[in-house]
Amino acid sequence: MSTMLKITGLWKSFAGFVAIQDVHFKLDAGETHAVIGPNGAGKTTFFDLITGRLRPDRGAVDFEGTELVGRAPERIVRLGIARSFQRINIYPRLSVFENVQVALIAHAGQHWNLFTPGRSLHHGETADLLRLVSLDEEAREVAGELSYGKQKQLELAIALAAQPRLLLLDEPTAGMSPQETADTIALIRDIVRARGLTLLFTEHDMSVVFGIAERISVLHHGEIIASGTPDAVRNDPEVKRVYLGEHTHV
Amino acid sequence: MTLPVFLTNVFYGLALAMNMFVIASGLSLIWGVLRVINFAHGMFYMFGAYIIFTVTKSWGAPFFVGVLAAGAGLAAIALVIERFLLRRLYDKEHLMQLLFTFAVVLLMSDVAKMIWGTDQYSVGYPPALRGAVALGPTILPQYLVFLCVAGPLIAVTLWILVDRTRWGRIVRAATQDREMLAALGVNVPIVYAVVFMIGSALAGIGGALAAPRIAVAPGMDATVIVECFIIVIIGGLGHLWGGFLGALAFGLVVQFGAIFVPNWQDVMPYVLMLAVLLIRPWGLLGRPELSR
Amino acid sequence: MLTRKLSTAAIVVVLVLALLPLAGSRYAIDLATQVLIYCLFALSLNVLIGYAGDVSFGHAAYFAIGGYACAILLTTYRWPLALALPASLVVAGIAAALIGYFCVRLTQTYFSMLALAFAMLVWGVAFKWKAVTGGDDGFTGILVPRLLDNPTRYFYFTLGSVAVGVALLWMICHSAFGLTLLAIRENTGRAGFIGVDTRKMRWAAFAVAGTFAGLAGALFGMYNRGMYIENAFWTESAQVLIMVLLGGIYSFVGPLIGAAVLYLLQVFTNQFTPYWPMVLGLILLAVVLVLPDGLVGLAKRVSGRASRA
Repeated sequence: MSTMLKITGLWKSFAGFVAIQDVHFKLDAGETHAVIGPNGAGKTTFFDLITGRLRPDRGAVDFEGTELVGRAPERIVRLGIARSFQRINIYPRLSVFENVQVALIAHAGQHWNLFTPGRSLHHGETADLLRLVSLDEEAREVAGELSYGKQKQLELAIALAAQPRLLLLDEPTAGMSPQETADTIALIRDIVRARGLTLLFTEHDMSVVFGIAERISVLHHGEIIASGTPDAVRNDPEVKRVYLGEHTHV
Repeated sequence: MTLPVFLTNVFYGLALAMNMFVIASGLSLIWGVLRVINFAHGMFYMFGAYIIFTVTKSWGAPFFVGVLAAGAGLAAIALVIERFLLRRLYDKEHLMQLLFTFAVVLLMSDVAKMIWGTDQYSVGYPPALRGAVALGPTILPQYLVFLCVAGPLIAVTLWILVDRTRWGRIVRAATQDREMLAALGVNVPIVYAVVFMIGSALAGIGGALAAPRIAVAPGMDATVIVECFIIVIIGGLGHLWGGFLGALAFGLVVQFGAIFVPNWQDVMPYVLMLAVLLIRPWGLLGRPELSR
Repeated sequence: MLTRKLSTAAIVVVLVLALLPLAGSRYAIDLATQVLIYCLFALSLNVLIGYAGDVSFGHAAYFAIGGYACAILLTTYRWPLALALPASLVVAGIAAALIGYFCVRLTQTYFSMLALAFAMLVWGVAFKWKAVTGGDDGFTGILVPRLLDNPTRYFYFTLGSVAVGVALLWMICHSAFGLTLLAIRENTGRAGFIGVDTRKMRWAAFAVAGTFAGLAGALFGMYNRGMYIENAFWTESAQVLIMVLLGGIYSFVGPLIGAAVLYLLQVFTNQFTPYWPMVLGLILLAVVLVLPDGLVGLAKRVSGRASRA
């Protein structure tokens, strides 16, 4: 299996507070990898650094041979990386259909087209994607008025519209009921398998993590304190100390 | 250009700068805390000039009573506006708040016409400051020297208030996180009201101080608001000393612009603003805002 | 997408307007000409506000630049209209592109203020460049081609030009470009994350908006037989902004309705009282406090429809 994402010596501080310390990370193509850690450990910051939303102070992020540090988010997306967000990040006043459609338009590079009517583009593909995430009935509804769970599904559809090879999901089941969580995880697993995606996700729900992750990395105070198979991580003494022993939290 | 001429011009520029600073500091303060660009600031300036006219000419009170009356009057107007109208808009988009202040401009301009008509008025210099004073090789009007002293005094007072007092600390915290402050038990609405009142009073005082040097008439607000914008843009929105610096730059550029590029001195502030923005888009002392 | 219902409605409106000179008085024709010009002006601004999400407080600059450019080319340089009109659009578009380049580096309030400051710079230049623009005396005596030297004929010319402008803007706003602008308005950050260079697109929107404002300005100057510096002052920018807001920024036709309503209201009010600013202020207050999505939004809420225009 080839290495898809290779991170070396990543550092990020905010006004003296060190958010990410000397992180080394490797992700193989086709892998499903979970990043876990207590609140404030730096998981979202980690994602932000990979996707170009933040610029690291030091370090390198290599994606299939291309260096990502210093590139704008829109360039990184075009290389094949898409992400969803912890807090709902959709287009509230547009319809569900338009939310996905505009992502497809942008991916196809047609967003500079001043004369082709937007409504007709990628009709079929949008419908397919909505069906995939079970939102086809809500296609005409205003996205901002959907329930939380459905907005999360929409988040997933928007991320998939970019036809990524690497999918970053930031807490995809946050705030969901056990049934919604199970459904969402099943959906994600099916999509990843069907499209041969590499999945990197953060989660708090340990049943989810140990259910689908092939490898797990544990982030604590911005450092990776353990990384390996679920069993290895589960039995790692440092991880046990962090999660079960002293109650640390910033 | 001889030294006396140069110095005279420097002082004239400084006097203008200090007058503008008093007004612009109010705009910056209101933005800094309430995150509202008060378009009505120019109108408040105009009302300050009208108030001192009425108080000194019609009621015969001394000049500095007039200045105080202008400050108090604008504070009262601001209180009414804030309490009954502006308060409803804090949770709405900034655009709505901005437009609201513009509505205030429209309303107040006609109210001014109703009260004071469309005639042009003049306000006299205070008797104590009518003369001239020799300062080194130059001779300067006393009033201008007064302005050059009053400006920094007000700046330092504001700085002490905001930087050194407990109240100031609350105000600065309010710029960061309103909800957090409320959760800590601070009466945020009162903080907002007081800040809006002080900012508006500054505009009124600035107008009163400017009154002897200009014609008090409808329309005197029109360019002042844009000049204030330029000053706070140059200096950095919300930054007190940035506003001071911006005002200095503005005053000197206008004054020396009148000498070196006579027909175009009114355009010079814009050129200055562009020059600053090209190098530092957030103003000389400003910092890019994290997304809100 | 041009549905049958919408294109029929548009054709009906144009036809009704075209018949106006036969039924109406000279006064009505004049009024209609002015309303059409402001409709186009307001529509151009909404490309920035309703579509790109950038509120410009300085849109009158491009109205003025278009107006002055056309006036100067026609009168000082004796160009034929067929050359002067397109050229003035190009000038307005280039000015918008230049100024827009700097404005789109900022967002929200900073953007608004910078746009305002640039517009006042344009005003200042118009004021001081007396030799070219006439300064505060205005640029008068514009040489309108003899073919259009008649209120009815000029009305048809305006109707035709505005119709073309509206049609082009319709196409642009409903294109893939327009939809992407909406995404940028709704969630600029997210739009970046789907691979869109949001700054460049907002820049393009700025240039488009400025070009069509320039067209409105050119039409205005010729109608008015003169361009004045007041046309570039920030109060003119504020007025067109209120037109857009009154109509409704979330629909394509909102600005058209807002412009017509506000302009006619102003003409009507001026006949009874000199206090139009106060009336305008109260309207603005109403919009801000209770009608943030304008008249069209109100109509939609009343009729209970959920979809957008």
